[in-house]
Amino acid sequence: MTTGTLNPRLAEIVEDFTSLPGKERLQLLLEFSDDLAALPERYAGHRDLLEQVPECQSPLFLAVEVDDGDAVHLFFDAPPEAPTTRGFAGILQAGLDGLDADEVLATPDEFTGQLGLTELVSPLRLGGMSAMLSRIKRQVRAKRG
Amino acid sequence: MALPNDAAAKFQEYAHPEMLVSTEWLAARLDDPGLVVAESDEDVLLYETGHIPGAVKLDWHTELNDPDTRDYIDGARFARLMSEKGISRDTTLVLYGDRNNWWAAYALWVATLFGHPDVRLLDGGRAKWIAEDRPLSTEEPERPHTDYPVVERDDSAVRAFRREVEEHLGQPMIDVRSPGEYSGELLHMPDYPQEGALRGGHIPGAKNVPWARAAAEDGTFRGRKELEGIYAGEAGLAPEDDIVVYCRIGERSSHTWFVLQHLLGFPHVRNYDGSWTEWGNSVRVPIKRGTTP
Repeated sequence: MTTGTLNPRLAEIVEDFTSLPGKERLQLLLEFSDDLAALPERYAGHRDLLEQVPECQSPLFLAVEVDDGDAVHLFFDAPPEAPTTRGFAGILQAGLDGLDADEVLATPDEFTGQLGLTELVSPLRLGGMSAMLSRIKRQVRAKRG
Repeated sequence: MALPNDAAAKFQEYAHPEMLVSTEWLAARLDDPGLVVAESDEDVLLYETGHIPGAVKLDWHTELNDPDTRDYIDGARFARLMSEKGISRDTTLVLYGDRNNWWAAYALWVATLFGHPDVRLLDGGRAKWIAEDRPLSTEEPERPHTDYPVVERDDSAVRAFRREVEEHLGQPMIDVRSPGEYSGELLHMPDYPQEGALRGGHIPGAKNVPWARAAAEDGTFRGRKELEGIYAGEAGLAPEDDIVVYCRIGERSSHTWFVLQHLLGFPHVRNYDGSWTEWGNSVRVPIKRGTTP
């Protein structure tokens, strides 16, 4: 499914990345890695409550909640030795957390290719972020019932 | 001018002690103009989080691989890459990285294809340097560009292609993947489904020695006696053997290639970089499933 347009927050992130020269894009990705929120207490130490994303080169676990108001909340767990994976998670958290389920589901699958990171990071590694996005969408669909 | 070898006692047991340096040796020589340290990681951002002061970054995927053909870059491109990193033909190049030097060993193997005269691994890699609380820097060094000569890549000595592996069937071969990949239970490495293959199993005759067995808990290489116990003892390899090693894309097996060729001194070891992603997707090549060779 590749319908929909980028929500304003993701569009701004894409704009931030693509307006920078190559090397500085990696610095920005590192900032997203550093800013990734730690797991809240109810998930910390409970990997069984999280879904693993094996498509990422380093271990990443995520949890998706859809609240009564249909807003999506995203939680990620990835080690500091995996800054690229953390950075991908940070982008999705900054761009999608708190949005309505419909807005999250409307995110075009191909948006990961629009960040200008393909050459810098390699398509293989970027595949990890696409996998995170598709797993998030699947959970949103399942959880809103 | 090549730097002196690290005289650490542990290295003297190995067949080619000059191929390794210790963290102590490196820490004392970071300012030596004849030295360039390069970090090569699985994670493309790890270098940016902090690296050995003065080290340059060398990425296997975006820099050492040809962007179009499944191959390594050619001599002209390698020369440009080295020049941009400030590496000369007579530079002592010390490589290190994450995950027991997995990717650093791969970069070293690629540098070998171009015959770089003096390239060494930092024993224990990134993890040991950090565990010892040695300094890290986020500053990207500005090294003056050099004029690295264009040297044709020579694949004949340490690289094997599929056709050669077919001719090699029946001779010593080591599959360095995990037991699940080897038996055919898994079609890809655990956690790496995007590098899968259509068929599971191993090349008939290949013995399974997972690559990380050569590393100790702290990421350094095991001592010579232990390595001999694994490769000569358990796997039954002899120094005069013609040996092919492989994994899924040739990176984990670069680590084993390094151990066999440089630490144990076996002279005829080739890395089959096509590895399982080629063999397991090829039409009509023989495949063995299960836990025996």
